[in-house]
Amino acid sequence: MSEPLLKVENLSKRFGGIVAADELQLAIARGELHAVIGPNGAGKTTLLAQLSGQLRPDSGRIYFDGRDITTLPMHRRSALGVARSFQITSLFLDLSVLDNVALAVQARSGHSFRFWRNARTDPDLRKPACAALERVGLATRRNDLASALSHGEHRQLELAMALACNPRMLLLDEPMAGLGPEESARMVEMLRALKAELTILLVEHDMEAVFALADRITVMVYGRVIASGRPADIRANKDVRDAYLGEQEAAHG
Amino acid sequence: MTPAFNVRVAAVVLLLAALPLVPVYARLANDPFLLTLFTRIVIMALAAVSLNLILGYGGMMSFGHAAYLGIGGYAVGMLAHEGIYSGLVQWPVALAASALFALVIGALSLRTRGVYFIMITLAFAQMAYYVVAGIARYGGDDGLTIYKRSQFFAPLDLSNKIQFYYLCLALLYGGTYFVWRLVNSRFGMVVQGTRSNEVRMRAIGFPTYRYKLVCFVIAGTLCGLAGALLANHNDFISPATMYWTRSGDLIVMVVLGGMASPLGPWFGALVLLVLEEALSSITEYWQIILGPLLLLIVLFARGGIDGMLRTIGGRRA
Amino acid sequence: MTLLVEQCLNGLQFGLLLFLLAAGLTLVFGIMDLVNLAHGSLYMLGAYFAATFAAWTGSFVLGALLALGATLLVGMAVEVVAMRRLYGRDHLDHVLGTFGLILFFDEAVRLLWGPEGLSLPLPPWLNTAVEILPGIYYSSYRLAIIVVTLAVAVFLYVLVMRTRVGMLIRAGASNREMVGALGVNIKLLYTLIFGLGAALAGLAGLMQAPILTVQIGMGENILILAFVITVIGGIGSIRGALIAALLVGFIDTLGRAFFPDLLRMALSTAAASTAAPALSSMLIYLLMAVVLVFKPEGLFSTGNK
Repeated sequence: MSEPLLKVENLSKRFGGIVAADELQLAIARGELHAVIGPNGAGKTTLLAQLSGQLRPDSGRIYFDGRDITTLPMHRRSALGVARSFQITSLFLDLSVLDNVALAVQARSGHSFRFWRNARTDPDLRKPACAALERVGLATRRNDLASALSHGEHRQLELAMALACNPRMLLLDEPMAGLGPEESARMVEMLRALKAELTILLVEHDMEAVFALADRITVMVYGRVIASGRPADIRANKDVRDAYLGEQEAAHG
Repeated sequence: MTPAFNVRVAAVVLLLAALPLVPVYARLANDPFLLTLFTRIVIMALAAVSLNLILGYGGMMSFGHAAYLGIGGYAVGMLAHEGIYSGLVQWPVALAASALFALVIGALSLRTRGVYFIMITLAFAQMAYYVVAGIARYGGDDGLTIYKRSQFFAPLDLSNKIQFYYLCLALLYGGTYFVWRLVNSRFGMVVQGTRSNEVRMRAIGFPTYRYKLVCFVIAGTLCGLAGALLANHNDFISPATMYWTRSGDLIVMVVLGGMASPLGPWFGALVLLVLEEALSSITEYWQIILGPLLLLIVLFARGGIDGMLRTIGGRRA
Repeated sequence: MTLLVEQCLNGLQFGLLLFLLAAGLTLVFGIMDLVNLAHGSLYMLGAYFAATFAAWTGSFVLGALLALGATLLVGMAVEVVAMRRLYGRDHLDHVLGTFGLILFFDEAVRLLWGPEGLSLPLPPWLNTAVEILPGIYYSSYRLAIIVVTLAVAVFLYVLVMRTRVGMLIRAGASNREMVGALGVNIKLLYTLIFGLGAALAGLAGLMQAPILTVQIGMGENILILAFVITVIGGIGSIRGALIAALLVGFIDTLGRAFFPDLLRMALSTAAASTAAPALSSMLIYLLMAVVLVFKPEGLFSTGNK
């Protein structure tokens, strides 16, 4: 079996008395869509933050494509091909959709101490930005202000910004959050299309989406992995049902 | 959709065309005061353009920007006092001093946020005020008279009011164009993105502090140029130029004109200073009107004049 | 030695006066998140009202009380008419809006009272010197200021720490939304708090009036100091305002008292006498810069941004 693209060994992180990550182990193969699920407070967002470089783990190692990135700062990881989308919409609302994505491209294009040339007409920024918008289906909205978009379109824009840097791996933090049934279905289709080209780590609560997309699933509770494997196995796993899936089924009827 | 006659574009074109004609009109109407007034408007517009860069585009609410008017002005004044009248020495010193001051203040202030940033920039400007007010040699509180304007090569003669006006106008046009290119460049996009959502900018990998600092220095330097012009215009410089309420006046010009628009500061300076003249001929208590007017603008016309022109024109923001 | 004692007391008095001003500012700041540049205008109004009412009634104390009431009313009126619409907005909006109010008040005062300024003479029973230590005399008026401001400080402490209103103030300072959610009449609370701040500013103004002249623009000068104190002490913290105010009061007063002599040792008399007040004013800003470098939130910040 080939080397996993992302390998997490014994990752631990505490915030005072709260254990957000407890000797976490994770391995994601190339081209895989790996979902991480679990109740709120399980430490999923903390995991993403440590993988993207926003947070430094207390102990443990993170390997990307064989390389130790545990202490690498955020923009360096981004340069290596790790891109992240955010759970809470945090866009540049008073700039245009295209500007939003172009900034993500620009962040990865070296320093920005260029004072004269018009960035908005710069093909090195425009082309990748437009391409990313095409992929998520927002190309027609590119000149609109980001504030004019619906919530679902915001989530699409988030995705576009993550894609703009041509990443090899996407860390997606609840991309379905707040989406209605139609928008969710669209997002699922988009992710399915992306699966073919990228490796994806998906943190989600929407079980339909998870089981529709995931190749493998890891279940976290209180910072610990309680189960990891194929979707069918996870569904059948008793511990998982008790800890998490049971309440999900009850909630969704 | 854009109507055939776009009000905003028309206003801009009118302004750009009318300003070079002011000396002609002043001569025809035999009203030299008009030229003096408009020279002042043009210089303050340049100062406002520089503030718009950090305030409008960069979202940095500096309440100490008038300090650079003073620094640029005192560079000219102090050197003139020592017998150095050459503009080729004075003006680079003015620019360098402003840049240095901006670098130091920016480096310290940009570590703070929000209200603290406002207060610390205000405090540093006050410090500059007190420093120059404390130097007896250069007039202290009373200020410094400048007996000879900055000298350049013939035929450029700054004491010729018409020539001086065109010089200021050229610098305003040039400075505005420079800022316009700056804010649309990659650098400018980083500054605008930081204004929009700094946390996100850092998250996608931009080290925002250094970009803000460079922007801050550029703005301060440009304002220092305006200060050198102002000192020449008034043949005088005093600490009062830097008092914190003067920074407030600059902010008013920028907001009144419309932030984050290239020519907004021009409208702001024009309207504020013309209003000042017009209202003070009606009543010497004109600020009683300006005060509440400012409040009303803040509450109801936040986009300033530029915003209102856009609305009238029916153009989508 | 006499000079040192006197200057220390002056520093204390000035510091306490600044505390009155800063307390109002930090309260409004901390609870309503409102940057009020026009706070200095209320200080000025307090002085002008006191001078006028004292002249009308012939009594200093009566004039002072009336002035206090008048400033309180003006403050509440300003809150209802103008400030209410600014809550929740960008700080830049506050800065601009209240800057507009400064312009308005300065001109209004000029219209009503003329550009010359006023004076507020002390009644004979306050214009004496009291022997506080053997051989050391101090102005009874300044002592009165110290006593009054200390009383106000105690009152504020009791108000904030021991009453229901105070509890709301403290709660509001650390979590604005919650207080609203508790069903308290927020509008009334805000009007009262703003009024309290205005009264404190007016009190500071009227007490300072006999010592300095009463003139337009007196508010702008002292406002900066009040803001600096608020920043050093930490926004929303009255305790921070007190400590920072005392610090600033001492440094400013002692600086002004002793700097000229220190400087004269190094510079010519003319240069020293111009430089000294400037340098002593600068000290305060230096202090603020230093504090902000090490503790960007101020010394006692309540954490409510």
